[in-house]
Amino acid sequence: MNYKNLIVIAFRALINNKMRAFLTMLGIIIGVASVIAMLAIGAGSKQSIHEEIGQMGSNMIMIQPGNGRFGGVRQSASSMQTLKMTDYESLVRETNYLSKITPSVTSSGQAIKGSNNSPTTIYGVNEQYIDIRGYSVGRGSMFTNQDIRKAAKVCIVGQTVVDNLFPAGEDPLGKTIRFGKIPLKIVGILEAKGYNSMGMDQDDMILAPYTTVQKRILAITYLQGITAAALSEEYTDQAIEEITEILQRNHGIKIGQENDFNVRSQQEMMETMSSVMDMMTILLGCIAGISLVVGGIGIMNIMYVSVTERTREIGLRMSIGAMGRHILMQFLIEAVIISITGGLIGVLAGVGASGLIKLIAGWPVSIQAYSIVLSFVVCTVTGIFFGWYPAKKASELNPIDAIRYE
Amino acid sequence: MNEIIKVEDLKRDFVVGEETVHALRDLSFTIAEGEFVTIMGTSGSGKSTLLNILGCLDIPTGGEYYLDGVPVRKMGKNDRALLRNRKIGFVFQSYNLLPKTTALENVELPLLYNKTVNAAQRKEKSQKALESVGLADRVNHRSNQMSGGQQQRVAIARALVNDPVIILADEATGNLDTRTSFEILTLFQDFHAQGRTILFVTHNHEIARYGSRNIVLRDGRVIEDTRNKNIASAKDTLASLPAEEEE
Repeated sequence: MNYKNLIVIAFRALINNKMRAFLTMLGIIIGVASVIAMLAIGAGSKQSIHEEIGQMGSNMIMIQPGNGRFGGVRQSASSMQTLKMTDYESLVRETNYLSKITPSVTSSGQAIKGSNNSPTTIYGVNEQYIDIRGYSVGRGSMFTNQDIRKAAKVCIVGQTVVDNLFPAGEDPLGKTIRFGKIPLKIVGILEAKGYNSMGMDQDDMILAPYTTVQKRILAITYLQGITAAALSEEYTDQAIEEITEILQRNHGIKIGQENDFNVRSQQEMMETMSSVMDMMTILLGCIAGISLVVGGIGIMNIMYVSVTERTREIGLRMSIGAMGRHILMQFLIEAVIISITGGLIGVLAGVGASGLIKLIAGWPVSIQAYSIVLSFVVCTVTGIFFGWYPAKKASELNPIDAIRYE
Repeated sequence: MNEIIKVEDLKRDFVVGEETVHALRDLSFTIAEGEFVTIMGTSGSGKSTLLNILGCLDIPTGGEYYLDGVPVRKMGKNDRALLRNRKIGFVFQSYNLLPKTTALENVELPLLYNKTVNAAQRKEKSQKALESVGLADRVNHRSNQMSGGQQQRVAIARALVNDPVIILADEATGNLDTRTSFEILTLFQDFHAQGRTILFVTHNHEIARYGSRNIVLRDGRVIEDTRNKNIASAKDTLASLPAEEEE
C-alpha cells in the first residue's frame, strides 16, 4: 500500500475542512498545553524548594532538647536544659560522620546603633556555623576560637541589620553596636542571602561567639541546640544514629525510654516538602490529563460525524478503486495528523504559557522534557485510539449504498 | 473483436424480509470493444443492479461475469477494488466530485490509489484527461466554482484518467439541461469515435439514437437488443437546438 499517497489524500481532506480540523485540534492543543504548563509549575516549585533547602545546607542536622518533664508537666523545647556543653564536647570527640558541629544559643532583642535600632535575633555559635548553614563572610572576617574562649564582645552582622542600623551608608566594619545592653564590635559582614521559601529574611541576624551569648546575654550554662553537618548528604542517616547513641548514653536513657532530645535532618524536611509538592504535581497533572482525554473524545466525535457526512465521498473513493483498508488508513491518518499537529501547537502553547506564568505571576516553572514527550505520545495514541472506531466504520461501508447516500 | 464484457445466465436475488426478489433473471450478452451501448428500462427493470454488477461493486447470485476476460463472481472485495481502479471508469448522475477540491485533484483521485503511478505521471495524465474533455483552462478551479456541465466533464476526465477498458455512465445527463446534455453526449460520441467502449444506463429513450447498440431490460430480462445502423450525431442536434443566450 502506498502510504505517501494516503497521506496526500488525508492532507487534502483536512485542508478542505480547515475550520473543522482546527476546532478538533483545539481540544488537543489545550490538553497538551495544560499538561506541560501544570507539570512545569509543579516541577518548578519543587525545584525551588529543593534549591533553598540545599542552600541552607542539605546535610545539616539539628539537635534540640525535647520531651522534658518537670514534675509531670511537659515543657517546651526552648526551656529545656537537657543539652549541655558536655554533650557537645563528647559529640566533637566521638563522632565519625560529622564534618562540622556548633553549639547554638539564640536570643531575640533590639540591636541599637546611635539613634537607629531594629529588632533582630542573635545566634550564639562557633566559627563553624557559617559553613554548616551555607553563609559566607563578605567583608571582614569570622570571629576566632580565641574570641570564643574569652567570650569576646564581637559579632558578625547580616545585610538587613546593616541596612537598618547604618541607613546613611557608612562602613559598619569596626563599629560597635549594642544588642540589648551589651556592646558588640562588628568584625565581619555576611554575604546577603535573601528570603527563603518560607518568607523568612535570612539576612536579619547577628552571629556572635556562643560563650558571649550564654554568659553576657542569656546568663545560662546549658545549650539550646546543637547544629551539625554530616560528611555529606548520604551519611546523614548514619550521623543521626551515631548522635542518638552518644546522647542516649550521656543522658542515661535506657532502651524503651523516651529520649529527652530530638535529632532532625534537613533532608527529612526536604522529603516532607517534596512529597507535598509531588502530590500537588500529580493532582495538577491529573486535571490536565483529563482535559487531554476530553480533547481525544472531541476527535472521535468529529471523525464520527464526518464519516456520516462524507458517506458519498467514501462511496466514490471505493467505486474508483479504494479498498477498505485505504479508507481506514485515510481516516486514521487524518485523526493522527490532527492530534500530532494539535500536539505540536500544544507543546508551543504549553511552553509559552509556562513562560507567561513565570513572567506575570512570578512562579518558578521548570519545563520537563518528559512532559513534552509524554503528552506528545499520549496525544498520538489518543488520535489512533479515538480515530480507530470511526475509521473502521467508514471502511466497512457498502460502496453501493454509500455512493447513493442522500 | 475483443470481448470487454461477457455475462452468462446472470442472476441477482435480493432477500427482502421473507420474500426473494429476482432483480436479474438469467441475463446473457456480450459487449465488444468499441461499442457504445445504451441500457434502458423503467425503474425496477434491474438496470441499477446490472450496473452495480458490471461495475464490480456487487457480485451476482448466479451465472458468471467476465470483465476483459477475467471472471469476477468469485473475486474478493480487494481484488474487485483493484479491478475497478484499473479497468473501469464511472460517471455518475450527480457527478460525485469532492467538494471544494480543484478539478485536477478530483481527476487525480483514481491514480492516488494506484501505486504504480508516481506523482509526476499522475499530474501529467490528469492534465491530459482534463484537456480531452475541454477543461484545460479550468484545471485549478474548485468543484463549487463550476457549472453542472463542467463538473460532469471533470467527472468524465476522472473516469478516463486510468485508461479504463470501459466507461460506465449512470444517467450521466440526468441532472443537466438539454443543451448541456447534448454537449456531454457529444463528448461521449467523440470518445466512442476514438475507439472507447461505453455503457450508458438511462431511462431517456432519445439517447438510444446516439449509441451504436441499445439493450432494453424489463423485470430483470433483456427484452430487446438492437444495433443502431443510423447513429445520430449529438453535435448536429446541438447545433439545431434553438440558440440560447450565451452565459
